Amino acid sequence: MIDYTSAGIDFGMLAPEIYLLVMAFVVLVVGHLRKVHDWTPVIAIAGLLGALYFSIQQWGNQSSGFFGMVSCDSFGVAFKIIFSSSTLLTVMLARRYMRKKMIERPEFYALLLISTMGMMVMANTTDLVVMFLGLEIMSVPLYVLAGLARRSLQSNEAGIKYFIMGAFASAFLLMGIAFVFGSAETTELRRIVANFNFILNNHSVLFSAGIGLILIGFGFKIGIVPFHSWIPDVYQGAPTPITAFFSVGPKAAGLAVLLRIFLYGFAEFSPLTNLFWILAVITMTVGNVFALRQSNLKRLLAYSSIAHAGYMLVAFTVGGGQAISAVIFYMIGYTLFNLGAFAVVTMLETRSGCSSDLKEVAGLGTTSPYLAAILAVFMFALSGFPPTVGFFGKFYLFSTAVENGFYWLAIIGVMNSFVSVYYYLKVIKTAYFDSASATFESVSYTPAVTFVLFITLLGTLGFGLFPSSLMEFTKSAIFAFL
Amino acid sequence: MSDYLILIPLFPLIGFLLNGLLIGRLSRPVVSTIACASVFASFVTALLSFIELTNMPASARLIEQTLFAWIPVGELNIEFGLLVDPLSAIMILVVTGVGFLIHVYSTGYMSHDKGFGRYFAYLNLFTFSMLTLVLADNFLLMFVGWEGVGLCSYLLIGFWFERKSATDAGKKAFIVNRIGDFGFLIGMFIIFWQVQSLDFAEVMARAPHAFIAGGTLVTTACLLLFVGATGKSAQIPLFVWLPDAMEGPTPVSALIHAATMVTAGVYMIARTSTLFMMAPDALMVIAIIGAATAFFAATIGLAQNDIKRVLAYSTVSQLGYMFLACGVAAFSAGVFHLMTHAFFKALLFLGSGSVIHAMSDEQDMTKMGGLKKYLPITYWTFLLATLAISGIPFFSGFFSKDEILWKSYSSLYGHPIFWVIGVVTAGMTAFYMFRLVYMTFHGKERMDDKTRKKIHESPRSMTVPLMILAVLSVVGGYVGMPHIFGVTNYFEEWLSPVLAGHEPPTHALASTSGGGAGTEMLLMALSVLLVLIAIYTARLFYNKKPELATALRGKLTGVHKTLQNKYYIDEIYTAVVVHPLIIVSIGLWKVVDVIFIDGFINTLALLYDGISQLFRHAQTGRVRSYVTVFVIGVVGILGWLVMR
Repeated sequence: MIDYTSAGIDFGMLAPEIYLLVMAFVVLVVGHLRKVHDWTPVIAIAGLLGALYFSIQQWGNQSSGFFGMVSCDSFGVAFKIIFSSSTLLTVMLARRYMRKKMIERPEFYALLLISTMGMMVMANTTDLVVMFLGLEIMSVPLYVLAGLARRSLQSNEAGIKYFIMGAFASAFLLMGIAFVFGSAETTELRRIVANFNFILNNHSVLFSAGIGLILIGFGFKIGIVPFHSWIPDVYQGAPTPITAFFSVGPKAAGLAVLLRIFLYGFAEFSPLTNLFWILAVITMTVGNVFALRQSNLKRLLAYSSIAHAGYMLVAFTVGGGQAISAVIFYMIGYTLFNLGAFAVVTMLETRSGCSSDLKEVAGLGTTSPYLAAILAVFMFALSGFPPTVGFFGKFYLFSTAVENGFYWLAIIGVMNSFVSVYYYLKVIKTAYFDSASATFESVSYTPAVTFVLFITLLGTLGFGLFPSSLMEFTKSAIFAFL
Repeated sequence: MSDYLILIPLFPLIGFLLNGLLIGRLSRPVVSTIACASVFASFVTALLSFIELTNMPASARLIEQTLFAWIPVGELNIEFGLLVDPLSAIMILVVTGVGFLIHVYSTGYMSHDKGFGRYFAYLNLFTFSMLTLVLADNFLLMFVGWEGVGLCSYLLIGFWFERKSATDAGKKAFIVNRIGDFGFLIGMFIIFWQVQSLDFAEVMARAPHAFIAGGTLVTTACLLLFVGATGKSAQIPLFVWLPDAMEGPTPVSALIHAATMVTAGVYMIARTSTLFMMAPDALMVIAIIGAATAFFAATIGLAQNDIKRVLAYSTVSQLGYMFLACGVAAFSAGVFHLMTHAFFKALLFLGSGSVIHAMSDEQDMTKMGGLKKYLPITYWTFLLATLAISGIPFFSGFFSKDEILWKSYSSLYGHPIFWVIGVVTAGMTAFYMFRLVYMTFHGKERMDDKTRKKIHESPRSMTVPLMILAVLSVVGGYVGMPHIFGVTNYFEEWLSPVLAGHEPPTHALASTSGGGAGTEMLLMALSVLLVLIAIYTARLFYNKKPELATALRGKLTGVHKTLQNKYYIDEIYTAVVVHPLIIVSIGLWKVVDVIFIDGFINTLALLYDGISQLFRHAQTGRVRSYVTVFVIGVVGILGWLVMR
């Protein structure tokens, strides 16, 4: 007999995950009932709203259960809120696009929900094995989603490449976890922290190698250079709303586990500081340099997302509570305006005969002035102009670097965002100053898409004008973490 | 119950948003209803807060509302907070009260204009910004309002943007104001540097410890704040934009360039009076500049023929009085004059608008005359305002101006010279104002027949605000009668909890016990006498014996020409400031910008381009090359961590 109370078996701690899983199955079943299968997106939305609701309910909780394998704390809950709302926006964004491209299947929504559930599992634990479990629950649906457009060669290529590279990275990760377990005799971060120096002294090589391999495995997901090569191909090949989803949710999930592992679990491991310094510089520079010459919007945003991962790595170099709250702030801002930017690209692509080529943006300023203006706002946010949340994200991140003496890192970061202005503004320039090469039909708005644009725009500008409210949130998110 | 304060600026903001976003989709009655109702609602709310204040004990009159933490960055913690105390209560009542009347007047004045919606959107935005400025509880928020009113002023001066002179005037106003704003900003930085706060209450409380009284820092900070005030309130040397600002619609001149915005500088100094009291040298500079501006602008006003320009120079001159008052530490007198001036100067401008409206947009007084019989309401209300501004006893201007004159003599910071300049200016004011009245409303009709046929009294929407303002111009001064009349000066008493220098120290001669009351009476009588002489002279020159004026002008051609050309100040500024600046700018552009900045950017771009050329082959699209890169990374990371 298991003693439920002492083991902490409390299913309330898993309420959002369980609810999402159940709804995913409901979607699958309903999707196969001919008369009602149109309702699948609605069910998916209901599932995500429920998950969002349960997550918010958990806010302020501070407990650990299931033999220490599940930790319910504000940090994890903050990320769960990010996951469920970003998936929610993806679903609303995707419907029309998927219909138009004839790839709307019930599986699509079910996979989104299962993947989101995987992210929640990742954010909700301090155990390396459970993190791995969550990672796989998240990733397997992603591989399928990337290749969802079966008739498109590019989409197939994206799916296969993502799968091969993902499997490759997972192997490293698993090996890393095994090394750590071999040296520490546990995979539980709290216990590792408690005996950190002891483990390091006794099993120096094995333990350090394990840490490195774990960094590689999770770093792959957020696109740290040189484990980033899959990103451009996958982002370009996958159907656009799915790319939008890739660029925010899984990235946030990767960030959450990396924060837990490297700023809590292995925070005392000193060589990491310089390693993250180098990785941050390489990642942001490579992302920006490659983005300069892109002529495809999705590819451009893919490299831009690598650059943003580089900025986020600054927090890992700096370490400490302030850096964590700054990077969560950054992530939330990035989720808003990156999703917004992809929403605009999705809308552009739903015009018949359009892909995501930058040339097709030309003349948008006159044909669809509202959409052009919205696109411009998101580009300004991506490049970090005030009064958008992108500015404050960078500001908080780089100022923590300066306060902790990492002047050069901050300078290189600022120089990089300076370079990035070139390609972001190129999009705006094309929209407003270049004349259209061909006449396209004008974009049409559906209520769902308008809602997505409205929310992302509101967040981008609202938190840009009043950053303190979001700052308060991220500060309380790390309160329990440290 | 203080959480309703936000409504005061919120109503005009809503009006602006409605009128601005739905521009061209609303009918004119709807537009004007939204605009006027929003300001009226805000006036009612302001009145409520005023009543709440009066019910409090005198020392505790303060309503605050903090909306949210606006900018919390390190030591800088700025809250978005509003503050109503006796000082800002007076300001919001003036802004919303006079503002509402002018909004109503505008519905008539602008009724034929094609930019009707745009006009009211701007006007509401202005009211919102001005209320933000006045209600702010810290320097930064005040600065936001300060910039906001500057923007609206620019937009409204250049309202008829098809006219080049209007857009030029708008730009001039904006640029000159920016110079002043720069001073304000630097002053603010110094205060934050020393006090670690920008909140008014905190700054005033900590200033005595943070600054050395009379020291260089506090004097510099105060002088820089004053530079900001000279820009916004059109004082020497930054007054040049205000006369040109008359290119805007006349109600705008009344609201922005007479009653409210231009007085922001005076309000700011009164708001921060504690700081200024710590810097006697700065006070002296303010008094000198104020007196000089009052005198100098009045002399220009003597020789102008454009009806609005006379009023513009008169505004500059009257603002000089207010600064003179602040400079001798009689802040309450300055604010008192600010209020009465808002009434009678708004009335004068609106009256002149009514004249211009009737005269088919003619502004040249030499082409007017004899309008009294055509425009009776305009004439009588205008005359009352003229009596008020001239300082005829028992009109509002008399009390406020006399208080300033007395304080400029009696205050420890004052000097008999200030009094002399003030009184001479008062004489000139009476002269040019009656010159204006005689040239416009009396004497021969000098307009052509076509215009004459069209002359008509303005509609109700315009004359009713005139009449209300006329009442205020007459009775507005009774709240602040001097002590020697044996009554309480309610105005001074009301402001005393907030103003540092509410009772400026007096020197022995002028103290009430040492025969001060007698001196005050004597000085008052002298100034009234001078004013009466000036009025009589104006009547002689411009009504009874115009040939005298012509003869005098013949004798003093040089002086007259200099005055008519405003001492050639604009020409001097162009030669001394504008041209050299343009030359320097060209140099900066051709050398610094093209060679250094562009050069730097282009080199950087080449560098990145090179890197991207170098690495583009890594992204081949083949999985095996991806895996190769991956493995290189693995080796690198493991090497670093294991070998460390």
